[in-house]
Amino acid sequence: MSDASVGAPQIDAPQRSLWSDVWVAFRRHRGAMLGVVIFTAIVLCVVFGPMVYGTDPQFIDVRARNAPPSLVHPMGTDNIGRDIFAQVLQGGRVSMLVGVVAMLISLVIGTLIGVLAGYFRRLDGPLMRMTDLFLALPLLPLLLVAIMLFRDTLRVLFGPEAGIFLLIVFLIGITSWMQTARIVRGDVLALKEREFVLAAKSIGTPSRRIILRHILPNVLSPIMVSATIGVAGAIITESALSFLGLGFPPDFPTWGRLLYDGKDFMTLTPARVLWPGLAISLTVLSINFVGDGLRDALDPRIRGR
Amino acid sequence: MSDAATPLPRAAEPLLRVEGLKMHFPIYKGVLRRRAGAVKAVDDITFSVAEGETLGLVGESGCGKSTAGRAILRLYEPTAGAIVLEGRDIAHLEGDALRTLRPKMQMIFQDPQASLNPRMTVGSIIAEPLDEHTRQSRAARRARVTELMDAVGLNRTFVNRYPHEFSGGQRQRIGIARALALNPKFIVCDEPIAALDVSIQAQVVNLLEDLQQQLGLTYLFISHDLSMVRHLATRVAVMYLGKLVEIAARETLYDRPAHPYTQALISAVPSPNPEIEAKRRRIVLKGDVPSPSNPPPGCAFSTRCPRVFDRCRIETPPLYDLGGGHRAACFLAEPAARAA
Repeated sequence: MSDASVGAPQIDAPQRSLWSDVWVAFRRHRGAMLGVVIFTAIVLCVVFGPMVYGTDPQFIDVRARNAPPSLVHPMGTDNIGRDIFAQVLQGGRVSMLVGVVAMLISLVIGTLIGVLAGYFRRLDGPLMRMTDLFLALPLLPLLLVAIMLFRDTLRVLFGPEAGIFLLIVFLIGITSWMQTARIVRGDVLALKEREFVLAAKSIGTPSRRIILRHILPNVLSPIMVSATIGVAGAIITESALSFLGLGFPPDFPTWGRLLYDGKDFMTLTPARVLWPGLAISLTVLSINFVGDGLRDALDPRIRGR
Repeated sequence: MSDAATPLPRAAEPLLRVEGLKMHFPIYKGVLRRRAGAVKAVDDITFSVAEGETLGLVGESGCGKSTAGRAILRLYEPTAGAIVLEGRDIAHLEGDALRTLRPKMQMIFQDPQASLNPRMTVGSIIAEPLDEHTRQSRAARRARVTELMDAVGLNRTFVNRYPHEFSGGQRQRIGIARALALNPKFIVCDEPIAALDVSIQAQVVNLLEDLQQQLGLTYLFISHDLSMVRHLATRVAVMYLGKLVEIAARETLYDRPAHPYTQALISAVPSPNPEIEAKRRRIVLKGDVPSPSNPPPGCAFSTRCPRVFDRCRIETPPLYDLGGGHRAACFLAEPAARAA
């Protein structure tokens, strides 16, 4: 072609990939690393905690009902003498799993619908009307009906706990994607008129690769934000369902369930609401930090500052 | 008219021939979203571009120059007309047939900031056309990217940087490198210098000229900067309200503009020579450009033309051939009227 040409000397640096850059920037983000540490700590606690801390969450210590925190019961006991610490550790497993999996489901659905509606004009009307329809549905009654209908079938298929877990995760996932879809659609509508998308079209990049290469990386920020909010929302929804008696079985602790069970004893043993509440808040906060760090790391204009 | 302009080298078939190109955007109104009319952004334009030449396309904002450029590159679905590139009508191609044609024609965009994905490195931006149309090894692709960066005068160590780390001129070079990646024959330059500083404009224009010489490129140079077009173009087409009003070789157009609109445009260009500048008579046009959704009957320019007469408001003037490739859409240029 021109002067410099065949046998060009090696470029000093190899082609950097987006993800290696993101990782480097993420490592430098203090809040994000703090979030990762807290989140990992919580995950480790709920995964290995019940094994290390030998007390059975269902064990009833009749002589120590409504006990304040002590060495034997670090977070005290409830009104029938079960150890709260053991219950928080055990309940975290389900709550975190429900939160994260339901968030992932709603994120995938919301992003998919948002991108399709924003990018393909023909799909915009139908998909957004469907979103409106879902938004207009009264959520709780719908969940109740769905659980009533499908609980027994799933219980037979997957066992009582796995069955209800799948049902709850799926239901929360498909009833919480609408906000994400709307935000993503709005951003995609603006992005697809940008000249770099036009440039990609003039190059001949097919639509699916335009979406993957140009649209999705640029809508990551709102997706991240709705992801962090989604985890909190899923944990809370799960606890509401448990409270209504339609979630997990009553003797199966989750953070939300512990909160609701504890609220009547708030004046007697405040620790009963304090600890599960703290666990939920810390989880959500750490995920928020991680999301924040990811968003900053994914934006080259902020990266490296 | 005796043709003093240099006769243009005419190949048997020009590289690009645009015939009766129309690009109308529908307007929907009311509850039922009925079609209430159309914005006639480009309304029946015809011209051709010979291989190796630069056709300047000028006109004021909103006259449809950019739309014409984009429609020619098939970024829009033209309403009517033919776009013949190398003897093949591409106006209604779809899917893969169009995709395989893309490497032949590329575009350089107006806003270098907006035309580069902020989340991609320069290397991957320039490599995108290669990814899409070639099956090269990673090393070969990288060698090509470096070669392109050298060709447009970018430091090759910048390959891993992001667009926001560059100045406007450098970003435009990135855009040019991307457009060149697949060795296109035809490049639409959509006001490539309008968003740049004057000092940088000269650099980019010189780069475009050098590249044209080295690679034998053909440009459609869309601009509202008449002096830049005079510098760069071999032929110039003037658009007004979606219509082509005059097309001629550069010298002919600047020395003897036939259409009153062209005359007004050229009279507005300041001259660096104070003696000429002192004698320059500006033709000041009054009023605004009519809406392209509701153009006036007859000649589109009749509402603002200083030399308008009755016929202009009724009949639409065709493009009269004035000889030597000079054509103008004005009754004043009609051969019969000129003879009288």
